[in-house]
Amino acid sequence: MTGRAGAFILYLAQRAAVLALTLFVASIVIFALTQIAPGDPAAYMMGLNADPAAVAALRAELGLSGSPFERYLDWAGGLIKGDFGVSYTYRVPVGGLILERLQVSLPLAVLALGLAISAGIPLGVAAAAQRGRFFDGAIMSAAQVGVAAPNFWAAILLVYVFSTVLGWTSAGGFPGWERPARAIGALLLPAIALALPQAAILARVMRSSLIEALGENYVRTARAKGLSRGGALWRHAFRNALIPVLTILGLQFSFLLAGAVIIENVFYLPGLGRLVFQGITQRDLIVVEGVVFALVIAVVLVNFLVDAAYAVADPRLRTR
Amino acid sequence: MAAKTLPCADPPLPFFKGRRRQLLAVAIAVALVACGRPEIEGPRDSVVVGIALEPPNLDPTAGAAAAIDEVVYANLFEGLTRIGEDGAARAGLAESWSISDDGLTYEFKLREGARFHDGTTFDADDVKFSLDRARAENSTNAQRGYFEPIEAVEAVALYRVRVRVKRPTGAFLFNLGQGDAVIVARESAANNAVHPVGTGPFEFRRWRRGDSIELERNDSYWGDKVALKTAIFRIVTDPSAASAALLAGDVDAFPNFPAVESVPAFAANRRFSVVTGTTEGEMIVAINNGRGPLRDVRVRRAICHAIDRDAFIESVLFGHGQAIGSHFPPHHPAYVDLTAACRYDPALSRALLKEAGYGQGFAARLSLPPPGYARRGGEFVADSLRAVGVRTEIVNLEWAQWLDRVFSAKDYDLTIVAHTEPMDIDIYARDDYYFQYKDDEFKRLYAEFAATIDEERRMELLRALQEKIAADAVNAFLVVAPKVGVWNARLKGLWANSPIQANDLTEVRWAESGSPQ
Repeated sequence: MTGRAGAFILYLAQRAAVLALTLFVASIVIFALTQIAPGDPAAYMMGLNADPAAVAALRAELGLSGSPFERYLDWAGGLIKGDFGVSYTYRVPVGGLILERLQVSLPLAVLALGLAISAGIPLGVAAAAQRGRFFDGAIMSAAQVGVAAPNFWAAILLVYVFSTVLGWTSAGGFPGWERPARAIGALLLPAIALALPQAAILARVMRSSLIEALGENYVRTARAKGLSRGGALWRHAFRNALIPVLTILGLQFSFLLAGAVIIENVFYLPGLGRLVFQGITQRDLIVVEGVVFALVIAVVLVNFLVDAAYAVADPRLRTR
Repeated sequence: MAAKTLPCADPPLPFFKGRRRQLLAVAIAVALVACGRPEIEGPRDSVVVGIALEPPNLDPTAGAAAAIDEVVYANLFEGLTRIGEDGAARAGLAESWSISDDGLTYEFKLREGARFHDGTTFDADDVKFSLDRARAENSTNAQRGYFEPIEAVEAVALYRVRVRVKRPTGAFLFNLGQGDAVIVARESAANNAVHPVGTGPFEFRRWRRGDSIELERNDSYWGDKVALKTAIFRIVTDPSAASAALLAGDVDAFPNFPAVESVPAFAANRRFSVVTGTTEGEMIVAINNGRGPLRDVRVRRAICHAIDRDAFIESVLFGHGQAIGSHFPPHHPAYVDLTAACRYDPALSRALLKEAGYGQGFAARLSLPPPGYARRGGEFVADSLRAVGVRTEIVNLEWAQWLDRVFSAKDYDLTIVAHTEPMDIDIYARDDYYFQYKDDEFKRLYAEFAATIDEERRMELLRALQEKIAADAVNAFLVVAPKVGVWNARLKGLWANSPIQANDLTEVRWAESGSPQ
């Protein structure tokens, strides 16, 4: 037992070292890229008619003078302490801004992923179970449409139907978590719009992976031993077919967290995607750096969780 | 090894199990949606105003974004004078004033009993503090030029302030009414960017960044209490989302409606009023007067004559807007109609180009910033210019790049932009401004205008200034940007015109349904 525990701890230590190295390299890349971006934040903030002296004063105030190396050390040093810096435009700590926006983006991503899973996986399994028949073809065609249609188009359509015509929901906005029911109601339509293409992708991947698993020898053995079709599918093939699906889920979650900027625009939600988009257009570089770095952390964590999930899902990966 | 699928390897889908779960999910969704339905507005004493741009912070004296004034001007903060819908400066925190005969000393009598939102009293010390802070060496006030003529500010008594200026400055009282000159309290000024404290009829309640800014009525305001109890500014950037928000009732008013193409639908809908007004925004094709063929006034005039302004208004601005011939808005009393000097005449254009030696035309780059009017207008202008022989190439830029390349480095030939500051004709007197227009006659005229206090003479000089820049065809002046406001038909008191960039909510109220309005 000690041998296995020791190996496990060594494994964890290795992963932690890789994590730290990844974050370090990511911080350098992020900083370098934002410095290359043209445009002076102070000039942007001051506008067309501004006094040049005022612009210079603002640059000094924001800490934009100083060599890139000094500024990188400043920023990286702050990151290690958990201080993401102070936003140029908003003048509030970036960490606070990110946490505020996460209150919208994280539940939205989780909700969208939940909807995608609850729609995509059963449909994928059904298609695989009924492959070659009409049901399979119908689901795959629908999935094709789901993948091809742009999610903002679906969003606008949903707003039109449920808000403008039926009047069931508001057209967007986020009322805050003080009233949880209303908050979830506000996130529902955006989550559906986000979930549609993701569900389509999941259905397709689930189907092809499951078909492959169903063709394996162990399924044949299980059926030969007398297990029913459903039993063979759910108890043996399904779990092993989950590997590609888990990979996709990990990727999708990262995308949903910050890539939902267009949906956030259509529903005017104060989310993470809009924060970083605004930061880019307004040259609020420190916010961009902070958000991207936070996302790197999130992606690395999600990858780690997916790795762990692999081991849980597919017993074949456990005995190493 | 390839495993062959057996004929009986298709288990029946556990239909019923999955279907029941899905039905349950749908039921939950419907229930949540029903819970999430917005409440109908009960007592009509609050208003939700939609704005397209979020202000970066809420201190109008420490930054330039127009979006700041659109939220705080006249609502949260007030200045010594205040600009009303007619564009004139009237009494604000200064009850009255007197100007010495030589124009060098202003004495303001301040309102008594006014308080800041945090309870501290308003008095001469706050005025001195505000003006000194704005003109300090390290001030980040974007319009330091307003305060530059000030030589000294003295608090003569608790409610009397004397301001000495270095030279007679005609625009002084008007400038004091602008958002950059509002009065702030010594105790709270440093925190205004995040928690604004002013003397206005509304108080700041909360700012949910990215979402909304909430104001509530200030019950200890020195003047008439406003009709609204709460005002919420909601940030909606996407034009189609703006339409949807209005139709769904999430937003009651859009003073600057972004989706101008859907205005006809709102005009036909009895729930809404569509009010088109003027702004101080002159939309121009800015010409780099210092570059190549553009140095020649004939070439610039040729560019002017090549553009059909009426067609521009129809196609680019969906029929809203008014053509101008110089850098001045038509609603101002001193306006001179110079559109005829720049009438649409492509034949004249070609003749002028030939006369200037460019019969074969020349190449030019049209750099465009992000706004819709610039991108759509750019296509129109490029087409018009190509028709007279100017080979125009379009370059699309983001704002930060535009500010860098066009505005600072002057690395451009032509660009389309709207200048929205009121009374900004002084930019033509600046040698290093991006127009690269350096004319001594204009500078002489402008210096005289700046020093004149007599209203009659000021009007005369303004007319002369307009005529000069039209004659020199410094830029191709297109239109005055329209202000298209769409709001709930029962909402009264919103401004039609926009003489300054502000959303003054002090007169806004809901009409009682059924009352004659």
